[in-house]
Amino acid sequence: MDKDKVKQIVLDIIAEIAPDEDLNDVKSDIRLRDQLDLDSMDFLDIVMELRKQHGIDVPEPEYRELESLDSCANYLLPKFEAGAAA
Amino acid sequence: MNQLPRIVLTGIGLTCPLGNDLPTYREALLAGKSGVSLFPVRNMGEQPAGVCDFDQKKYQKRKEIRVGTRAGSIAIYCANEAIAHADLDLEKVDPSRIGIYLGITEHGNVETETEVCQLFDHYDEDIKYWTHHHNPRTVANNPAGEITVNLGLTGPHYTIGAACAAGNAGIIQGVQQLRLGECDFALAGGVSESIRAYGIFAGFKSQGALASHEDPTRASRPFDKGRNGIVVSEGGCIYVLERLDDAVQRGANIIAEVAGYRINSDGTDYVLPNPVRQEECMRQALSNANMQPEDIDLVSTHATSTPQGDEQECKAIRNLFGESIGTKVNNTKSFIGHSMGAAGAIELAGNIPSLEDGMVHATLNVDEIDPTCALPGLVTGQAIKKEGGVKVILNNSFGMLGINSVLILKKFEA
Repeated sequence: MDKDKVKQIVLDIIAEIAPDEDLNDVKSDIRLRDQLDLDSMDFLDIVMELRKQHGIDVPEPEYRELESLDSCANYLLPKFEAGAAA
Repeated sequence: MNQLPRIVLTGIGLTCPLGNDLPTYREALLAGKSGVSLFPVRNMGEQPAGVCDFDQKKYQKRKEIRVGTRAGSIAIYCANEAIAHADLDLEKVDPSRIGIYLGITEHGNVETETEVCQLFDHYDEDIKYWTHHHNPRTVANNPAGEITVNLGLTGPHYTIGAACAAGNAGIIQGVQQLRLGECDFALAGGVSESIRAYGIFAGFKSQGALASHEDPTRASRPFDKGRNGIVVSEGGCIYVLERLDDAVQRGANIIAEVAGYRINSDGTDYVLPNPVRQEECMRQALSNANMQPEDIDLVSTHATSTPQGDEQECKAIRNLFGESIGTKVNNTKSFIGHSMGAAGAIELAGNIPSLEDGMVHATLNVDEIDPTCALPGLVTGQAIKKEGGVKVILNNSFGMLGINSVLILKKFEA
């Protein structure tokens, strides 16, 4: 697992929950909400899919760690690695 | 009644197991074609059911479909189709003057059942996997509210819970709100997503009221001696209603006029119908329309293909229309099954073209008439051309807890 793989996992989830969005040109360092039509309910969907598909829990105070692909990768990579090691 | 504004229908949008527009649906009714097929139901195998096949993406983004409900999608499709049919340009209409009134038998069963099953099947009943979409999906106004979100409408919206009398009840609510001046256009009718909840099927089965037949197209058979229960269906039908003066002023195509209506209650039982109150409801609707039984050219029956319910309705109709030899009687559930909260609105729509073509569609699957359901005017076998044409339709829609609704529609004459 590396950061690029984590970003791809997040993008795959976004493709499911925001199927009308074009994800070909998403910038890693820009807030997802600033470049895609995502609202707070969509972020709850991202959190739910991380839980359902990958067994990763994101506590509510840490939702802001998911604001961009870069922050997602930084925040989620240790969790994926911890999950793989378990 | 005379001093109240006259209310007319100027648009119809529908989806049902026989088509996604009125001409297609009507053609199938006149041709005697069933819309019932086999449908997989959780824990119950394949059951006869009425399934709709409309293009959800015609009016919704994929995200809207994912977040919303099936009933919402049905409602959005029907509303958009009705608005187009009424030639209503939303850019030129004040969105706060459009009211939405949809009849529902139930709402939220599908979403709750799906979520509970998912939790039991995959997540060991851990509620942290319960979706945050659950409450907006299950609030009772959901199907009507989804229309407002889809179209940016800002007038009143709500659903009318009226069991299987709801299709008529939604239209009646629209008529009343127009007369009160609460809106200038009413999007009114009924919707149902009921085939997506196995609890609905299981409930009817436990009641001994779920249809079974080796050939699904022959499972819904009101008035036939071999009838054994209900075929559950989904669908929707929404009308654009307007005050006559407004419709004339904007040059709308007037499809028909609401002549009268009535909703009453049996006050006797949770499930068993009461023919005395059904007859009373029809009489009061006639009185409301200032009509006599002889004025009714066509009675569109509610009959759901249950042994007792059909007999009771026929008793009520026989008492009221026994002397009215010109009144024809038919049943649409024999073609499409029971579309629950949408039934009254969809069944009325299938008969509305009679006002123009004078044809009366038949009742399907009556191979051997049950003598307790024999009515002189009952049309079986093939569609007929009614002598003198069809000028007035009386539409019955009844439901559990003893709710009866009757709507009378007439050909528009200036």
